[in-house]
Amino acid sequence: MTIWLIVFKSLRQHALSTSVTALSIALAGGLLMSVWAVKEQSRATFTGVNAGFDAVLGARGSKLQLVLNAIFHLEASPGNLNWNDYLDIQKNPNVELAVPLAVGDNYRGYRLAGTTLDLFTRAEYAPGQRYSVAPGGRLFDPTLREAVVGSFAARKLGLKPGDTFHPFHGLIFDEKNQHSETYLVVGVLKPSNTPADRVIWIPLEGIQRMSGHDPKAATDISAVLVKLRAGSAIAGFHLDMLYNKQGNRLTFAWPIGRVMAELFDKIGWFDRVLALIAYLVAIVATASILAGIYNSMNERRREIAILRALGAHRGTILSTILLEAASISALGMLAAFAIYLVIVTAVAAIMRAQTGVVLEPLRFNPVMFWAPLALITLGALAGIIPALKAYRTDVAENLSPIS
Amino acid sequence: MPLLEISNLKKSFVAPDGSKHVVVSVERFALAEKSLVALEGESGSGKTTFLHLIAGILTPDSGSINLAGREMSGLNESARDRLRATTIGYIFQTFNLLQGYTCLENVLLGMSFGPGANRAGAEALLKRVGLGGRLAHYPRQLSTGQQQRVAVARALANRPKLVLADEPTGNLDLKNARESLALIREACKEEGAALLLVSHDREVLSQFDDVQKFVQLNQGVRTEVPA
Repeated sequence: MTIWLIVFKSLRQHALSTSVTALSIALAGGLLMSVWAVKEQSRATFTGVNAGFDAVLGARGSKLQLVLNAIFHLEASPGNLNWNDYLDIQKNPNVELAVPLAVGDNYRGYRLAGTTLDLFTRAEYAPGQRYSVAPGGRLFDPTLREAVVGSFAARKLGLKPGDTFHPFHGLIFDEKNQHSETYLVVGVLKPSNTPADRVIWIPLEGIQRMSGHDPKAATDISAVLVKLRAGSAIAGFHLDMLYNKQGNRLTFAWPIGRVMAELFDKIGWFDRVLALIAYLVAIVATASILAGIYNSMNERRREIAILRALGAHRGTILSTILLEAASISALGMLAAFAIYLVIVTAVAAIMRAQTGVVLEPLRFNPVMFWAPLALITLGALAGIIPALKAYRTDVAENLSPIS
Repeated sequence: MPLLEISNLKKSFVAPDGSKHVVVSVERFALAEKSLVALEGESGSGKTTFLHLIAGILTPDSGSINLAGREMSGLNESARDRLRATTIGYIFQTFNLLQGYTCLENVLLGMSFGPGANRAGAEALLKRVGLGGRLAHYPRQLSTGQQQRVAVARALANRPKLVLADEPTGNLDLKNARESLALIREACKEEGAALLLVSHDREVLSQFDDVQKFVQLNQGVRTEVPA
């Protein structure tokens, strides 16, 4: 009780330096927790998102580009493959489901993807979960110019069943490249928290035969989403050999999770830089605790001497200073959670808008346990030097006023 | 047995030039329980050092201090702190109140290093010294006389057997000095505490039946130059 009172009084007496130091701890802690949580959640999410498929077949090129294009609806397609390639893999006995995908157009920046109804009626984007249309809508008729809009895209574009729109050529919105076709929105997908939420889905032939597209490529597709039969683990290796090693025309990106993990390995340096910045901020913040308390020691010598004259042990004084340092860190860490929430919520919003992948700021991550523990310990350690100075305060010498 | 018994007490300090200044050299001094004694001495005569030695704030070079049946030289620092907190009340010339703490908190803090904080007891003490209506005031919000009264209340907070008062009226005007001194004496009598007060003020000393000259008690303030 006594120690807490002394700590509280001291924190209040040095409110400005306490606040500034706690804020720097908050920044370090918030940054550290954000970097960690975003890194781990995004890695887990990106490597876990596969839209319910095991692999992607596409034109010869980068597997990563293929996965980003076909699964995450990012990046341009590495090229086209012809309809027969789709038919071949569809007939492969190890393949349970093959869904063709064609891209190349957008509506105000949101990409149009042509596909078959299999994507909605047979594919499961997560175990037991299929893309479904919200009440008041229906799936498109493959023979008509109809569209089903992902929930995020619908909200951002303000599209609802009954609305019509003209697609634009290319994946990047340019007002000059408007197609003449008119599409009717017949449904909006229920939110799936997957990249599909950011896509406007139309019949495959819609993309293939859009005005201005090369008629010679009218049967070409951008990629095939492939789901292998359960239990045929060897099938992936077999198809990998077939397309990637023996063939040289197509690329079989399998397994999707590993391809994405490679991406994260490549950009891992970025996380490490951010983490390093957070560590540096933590070190600076800790040093400021040390400097702040140490500098206040001169003006506190008399107070310490009085406490000692009243009977306080040296150990009590030492503990008080250590606790004060730890308390500044603890206050900072409370604020760090607010900073963490702000950062991760902002990152989650950006990531959702850009990729459709959803991060959960409130999901527990071990960093929320160890970062506060580490920073509070570090804060307490920073208090050791001033605490030792306080411990050694000469009582008799400091009982008189300091002029 | 006296409450305080001192024999062959010596304390010296080493100056930066290496010379040794003997500040306290008391062959014999005793103080009975509940007695009120004043030590008369000029500034720089070693009175404060003498009180610090009795309080265990300083350790002597040699000699014995027996307080309430306990030999100080046999105690480690922690035990001396404990003995000081439970047995001694110290009133300083400059009051030494903690400026960031209210009157009540100053007294409670004094208690907390002894038998433990007792809010009702602290409030009663402050009421006793006439500050019942100033519990939540900070020292800077009080007059010097009132600050001295808080210091008296804090000194008595742990029901000490011995109250040491170092020039307690040195910073007060005549009126406040008289009132303060009367309060200290009355409070010590009421609490059954012995009082050892040091002062060079004749007005203060005249209030005591037992006044000892510190210059006679202290064998010598002298400087020994190392060979």
